[in-house]
Amino acid sequence: MDFDDTPEEATFRTEVREWLSVNAEPKSGAFETWQSRYPGRDGYEGLERAKEFQAKKAEAGFAALHWPVEWGGRALPPIYQVIYAQEETRYLVPRGYFEIGLGMCMPTLFAFGTEEQKRRHAPVALRGQEVWCQLFSEPGAGSDLAGLRTRAQREGEEWVINGQKIWTSGAHWADWAILVARSDPKAAKHKGLTFFFLSMKSPGIETRRIKQISGASHFNEVYFTDVRIPDHQRLGAVGAGWGVAITTLMNERLTSGDLRGPDFEEVFGLARSVALEDGPAIKNAAVRERLADLYVKTQGVRLTRFRTMTALSRGETPGPENSIGKLVNAPKAQEIASFAMDLLDMGGVVMDKDAAPLRAAFQESLLSSPGGRIAAGTDEILRNIIAERVLGLPQDVRVDRDLPFDQLPTGPR
Amino acid sequence: MNFDFSPDQRSLRDQARKFLAEHSSSARVRRILDGAAPYDAELWRGMGEMGWVGTAIPELYGGAGFGHLELCVIAEELGRSLAPTPFSSTIYLAGEALLLAGSEAQKKRWLPRIAQAEAIGCLGLAEGAHVATPANLTTRAQSGRITGTKLPVMDGDVADFAVVLAAESAGRAGLFLVDLKGAGVIRTPVTTVDPTRSHARIVFDGAAAEPLGAPGAGWPLAERLLDRAAVLVAFEQLGGAQAALDMAREYALGRFAFGRQIASFQAIKHKLADMYVAVELARSNAYYGAWALSKDAPELPVAAPAARVAACEAYYQAAKENIQVHGGMGFTWEFDCHLHYRRAKLTGLMLGSVRRWKDLLIARLETGAA
Repeated sequence: MDFDDTPEEATFRTEVREWLSVNAEPKSGAFETWQSRYPGRDGYEGLERAKEFQAKKAEAGFAALHWPVEWGGRALPPIYQVIYAQEETRYLVPRGYFEIGLGMCMPTLFAFGTEEQKRRHAPVALRGQEVWCQLFSEPGAGSDLAGLRTRAQREGEEWVINGQKIWTSGAHWADWAILVARSDPKAAKHKGLTFFFLSMKSPGIETRRIKQISGASHFNEVYFTDVRIPDHQRLGAVGAGWGVAITTLMNERLTSGDLRGPDFEEVFGLARSVALEDGPAIKNAAVRERLADLYVKTQGVRLTRFRTMTALSRGETPGPENSIGKLVNAPKAQEIASFAMDLLDMGGVVMDKDAAPLRAAFQESLLSSPGGRIAAGTDEILRNIIAERVLGLPQDVRVDRDLPFDQLPTGPR
Repeated sequence: MNFDFSPDQRSLRDQARKFLAEHSSSARVRRILDGAAPYDAELWRGMGEMGWVGTAIPELYGGAGFGHLELCVIAEELGRSLAPTPFSSTIYLAGEALLLAGSEAQKKRWLPRIAQAEAIGCLGLAEGAHVATPANLTTRAQSGRITGTKLPVMDGDVADFAVVLAAESAGRAGLFLVDLKGAGVIRTPVTTVDPTRSHARIVFDGAAAEPLGAPGAGWPLAERLLDRAAVLVAFEQLGGAQAALDMAREYALGRFAFGRQIASFQAIKHKLADMYVAVELARSNAYYGAWALSKDAPELPVAAPAARVAACEAYYQAAKENIQVHGGMGFTWEFDCHLHYRRAKLTGLMLGSVRRWKDLLIARLETGAA
């Protein structure tokens, strides 16, 4: 048992450190993000700078470590991606612009696209010149993605798309997108779907930004009115879209897993600095007990990631047990925010950056953390995944599996 | 990154699991639960023959000279199988106390016999239904004699010797080694929530005692000892928690209600998923404790309470919810659910309550240990 890199991993880590020290800027504070440093022009300043950084990263061979060498990757095992991500966290680097394109869209194109399509799209996506988004979720299809209703109707060598997608990150600046739509409403739910990619500049696409409870806007609604897609941009067979979508989702990267907002260290620091009615908060028994619970959970997730890295380092594939990281961290973020504000008593509600500890990081987290429990698998879906894929328990009884899709019961929406 | 046990250690685990499946089966554990014998003497001898008892005892003292990682591997399997032997008190407590503070003569006298499972040791710390503190310790040591009552003492009824915490003068205490076969020792078995592990009340009435470690160093020594034991007990708890989760899973898959397996209901699936998460977080914290213990790392004072807190809570949750998943059958003497429920609460208190360990964890983080 040790926490050391293998010699190959250590060499790679050194290479990453040297490159980052020359090419990336350190963060000015623990919670500084690319977006908070470059908020200008409705976020577009950040995008342009991110593209510049991505080009340098691609040049140095760090942009897609797991990709095949012929497409500009290094064909390295996933452990190297984790090492790169660990080193990167100390720097102010762009996040949230290229992950979907490089981690999900391109691998789908590699699996189902033509050589010409790969040549056209992969190099420019790698360098950040074109940004991709993923048109999957719908107002009526979230956790139950296969319940989606956006229609794809064939007309000769084209498909005509009508409907609405939602929760699409980056749709407002994306150049291209992958899309799963319903091509046959008479077929059973999972069998009537077809998968495409398309230009986001296509006529008939309208994107509207969604304002979240935190006030930020990371997501969009995307409306389709008679949008036309050439049939050669179909990925996989007609009616086989569900299988293609599964391939996409399997490629969801190993996320770094650490909370982006305040974590144990911050609330521990707060408890040591504020006073309660009976003295320093850190001396209060109830506070100490909550802190201990949070520490043990925080360490548990971090150390579980070390176990995952060990499996990766051995060349093994970590299983769905990975999902415990988000299932623990997302509710914990919400708990830390609320607990920290309680320690501030009546003053805990204040959100002015100059008047709240850590420039209101806890208050901001109170309003952003509910999203973490929903995005990329709700707490409930993650429990199902653990129950079914780790513990081998049966799937839920499905009343919708074999019925034609257009005969399924629906709510008012 | 190699945060896992080695192939050799994993093969030791497989070997231990196989041996215990036979020699610490449910039927064998129930012999102790229902019978008069305080522990399974045949299993204890077998563990001595397998070399497990001396796992972490240096070869110089007749042990196998492996490290604490191997001991953690064995502990997990003992917990899984609920092995009714005096292993934990003899090895994690008495044996570790000797290794930590014993003189050369003390080690030479007891460790070789422990390593062969020929001597049983125990730790006398608690003094009844309250927290023992430097202020309320009533057992006293004076001029080589010890007087007072320890309750409960795990395996105190069957042990050959005890490591006893006793006050020497105001606020100062020491650890003492007492031969329990000598004069001035009265032992009475006491029943506890877990009859598969025996406990006693020991009344010392001027029993001969020799100091273990420096005079006055009793509390700091006991604290170090409990840290080390916390990691080892965490592995027993981890094995027990995993076994309780496995039992719940098996039962949920086989039991039908409302025309389907109860394992297909989300209320059950999510309960089992939560048990799984608790066990995995406990496993990761326990592994870190094992690493710190095996390296005697400066991180141990934080890693040990974290391992203990996570393991105590995971085992109790798994054992408690295992009964719930079993429904009425889980509440019967006949099903094994209660064995883990009992052991979970026993191990949750044997080194002090989780409440206290949480407080200790925060105290250690405050002083910046690790």
